[in-house]
Amino acid sequence: MSLAFVIIAGLTAASAVAAMALRNLVHCALSLVVMFAGLAGLYLQLGAEFVGFVQVIVYIGAVAILIVFAILLTRGMEQPAPARITTATPWAVSIAVAAFFVMAGAAVNSRKFEKPSAAPALQASPGTSKQGASAISVKSLGVRLMGDYVVPLQVLGLLLTAAMIGAVIIAMPERKGEGGGGEEVDRG
Amino acid sequence: MTALDQFPITLKHWMLGLSFWPDWLQPILSALLSIGPIILVFALLFGLVTVIERKALGRIQNRRGPNRVGIPFTNVRLAGFGQFIADGIKTLTKEDVVPRAADKVVHFLAPIALVVPVMLAFAVLPYGRNMVALDLPETGLVFFFAVGAATELSVFMAGWSSCNKYSLLGAMRAIAQMISYELPLILSTLTVVMLAGSLSLVSIVQQQESTLALGIHAWNVLTPWGLAGFFLFMVAAAAESNRTPFDLPEAESELVAGYFTEYSGFKFALFFLGEYFGLFAICGLGITLFLGGWTAPFAFLNVVPSWIWFFGKLAFLIGFFIWMRGTIPRLRADQLMNLAWKFLLPMTLVNMVVAAIWHFAGQAGWPGVIRWLFCAAMILGPYWMLGRGLETKVGKRVYRYAS
Amino acid sequence: MLGTGIIKGMVETARNFVGSYTDEARLTTVEYPEERIAPKENARQFPFLVYDGDDWHQGMRCVACQICEKECPPQCIYIEKSKDKKPDFIGKPQLYPAIFDIDLSVCMSCQICVEVCPFEAIKMDQEYELSTTDRFGGLLVHKDTLAKSNDYYRKIHPTDAAEIDARRIEDARKAEEKAKADAEAKAKAAVEAKAKAAAAPAGAPGATASPTPRTEPGKGEERPGAPAKAPGGASGAAPSSPPAGGTN
Repeated sequence: MSLAFVIIAGLTAASAVAAMALRNLVHCALSLVVMFAGLAGLYLQLGAEFVGFVQVIVYIGAVAILIVFAILLTRGMEQPAPARITTATPWAVSIAVAAFFVMAGAAVNSRKFEKPSAAPALQASPGTSKQGASAISVKSLGVRLMGDYVVPLQVLGLLLTAAMIGAVIIAMPERKGEGGGGEEVDRG
Repeated sequence: MTALDQFPITLKHWMLGLSFWPDWLQPILSALLSIGPIILVFALLFGLVTVIERKALGRIQNRRGPNRVGIPFTNVRLAGFGQFIADGIKTLTKEDVVPRAADKVVHFLAPIALVVPVMLAFAVLPYGRNMVALDLPETGLVFFFAVGAATELSVFMAGWSSCNKYSLLGAMRAIAQMISYELPLILSTLTVVMLAGSLSLVSIVQQQESTLALGIHAWNVLTPWGLAGFFLFMVAAAAESNRTPFDLPEAESELVAGYFTEYSGFKFALFFLGEYFGLFAICGLGITLFLGGWTAPFAFLNVVPSWIWFFGKLAFLIGFFIWMRGTIPRLRADQLMNLAWKFLLPMTLVNMVVAAIWHFAGQAGWPGVIRWLFCAAMILGPYWMLGRGLETKVGKRVYRYAS
Repeated sequence: MLGTGIIKGMVETARNFVGSYTDEARLTTVEYPEERIAPKENARQFPFLVYDGDDWHQGMRCVACQICEKECPPQCIYIEKSKDKKPDFIGKPQLYPAIFDIDLSVCMSCQICVEVCPFEAIKMDQEYELSTTDRFGGLLVHKDTLAKSNDYYRKIHPTDAAEIDARRIEDARKAEEKAKADAEAKAKAAVEAKAKAAAAPAGAPGATASPTPRTEPGKGEERPGAPAKAPGGASGAAPSSPPAGGTN
């Protein structure tokens, strides 16, 4: 447990709690962004540089923007409602705690994957991170993706295409007359 | 490897080797000695570029640019190059106005959230032989795009926290523009990565150091996919850093100043600074990927130090952007989007296919000229057709009431 | 093809950029205050009073008729007539303004005072660097500041001044001729009266009484006592303006 880990993990956990607890929706979204950045920091600490940076690109650069746009376009202007403790609160808390312990136990007990240094069959890159020689390089990731995991990759592509087509259909203007709802300001 | 070429490295090693530094200070000092010159050089370059841009734009517009302000508080004119000092003093002494209904924390953090990632981007660019602040052999390019993605969030923070509906509109337009152009930006760099086989910027430049016939260094621009990729990259880079003709988010005639309407004083200066630093960083990336980084055009010109070549190419690209700014009118929001999605994106995909064909044709043993012409034709065909598709929308104007 | 328009535009701006260092037409800036553009002949700023000759008090054309004061739309002119008279370029004694003030902060440069002045006394100047730090009276100019010579007027408005000078020379010449004709006619009438008086010495003493110019060909002289002064005055004052007109 190095100091860097404590700081990054603490920041991640605190911003995750803040994302749930803050009243203003936009503040919640921004603390979610801090949490994503903290996760990226944790990945970098583990030596997974590529995943860390892709986390920043995908989550902070795309998902967070999407969340923010969703808030803006729907209900960002509303005043936040005060939290009330109802009869459902103890149930919600107990379910959340149970889920947390289940996931934590699964994460701690999983010993399926060995340490990366015992996989010499893959292309080894010259020693990169400070935590120890990582033998999994981006090249090996690419080879695996295009080799062993090509079918899931194509399925993902199909899924994304379907989502995009659906979005375009929703956003397309009506055939007759004026444009339909849901158009952004700058498209069309 | 002349002494002049490597003098920053030798200077740094000499300073680290001075006997009175304690051991624990060495890594921190090494980092500082790497970062300090970069920030100083680029801050100075920022100041000079603002003055040069105003003077060059003035000359393009048949007028002089600023030519009076020299050394402040004296009468020495210096042909107007003290203007950035005067502007800096002005922004430092202006009152910092924050709207009453603004979200104070987010309003304060937005300029910081812009400048910090952009400065991080300077860390991975190789400025000369052996001169990189942060050498990431696995993921150099991905780091650059990661910090580029982080700057988009600051735009949203600025627009939202101003509590001004025009700022918000400007911010949404700016984010839409930046996201749309990020795709062609990244895809146009993928061709370079494909053919270089590595994401490390240092190794990409080193591979461009190999020489072709006549001692020409093998810059990526000299290939058809490199040339097309370079132009696509430059267009997307102009859009990413909000330069004319893509400066809709911050043009003065549109929504006042867009997402930084409510910023005054030093925060505005920070936005300005972040924007120019973004321009330098992305030009630096373009130079690294396509123009051969710190390599000279011809092998016999290697006597000139490598960092001079890098900054010379950077100056050339910045001049090109200034020339663009003085020439092309601003694009409308829908024209912007059309250009990104209907022209740049298909062109970058075609470019990737052409790069793959180039690689395999080279392996199959095609002669150089045939390969070049074939790949160029494969790019020019779609370019011409896409261009025709974009142009037919503009017809002769029909007046309803005037005859 | 897509992009050709941009290339053409870039060539044009490059030509502008390079031409701004070599070509005069591609850099249109005039660096004020080190350089100034010469004003056009018809440019006008604020009025001034014209005087002929060297003495601004003696040669001032203004006769305090107060037409400009009455016609000025913002009423920025203030005139007080003098008590005595001085001769003008023809020789007639005229009044002159004892006080002639124009408030330049009120004047709107409409040139109406110039248009209505019958004596070509007030004209429009081209001087615009008149700012002063005195808020309350700094732009109220008096007769001495307003008076500028005809040479200056000729310099700033050459065609107008030439036309006015030609007309004034013509007027002076006509006045001189008329005065000479009057003098001759008077001399002739005097000779005739004397001959009549000599011819009828005792019969009509009253006929020699007054050499009234009743028999003169009526040229419009209304003042009986004036003709003795007029020829002298005409010959005295007439040379002042024609030589001034002739030396240009």
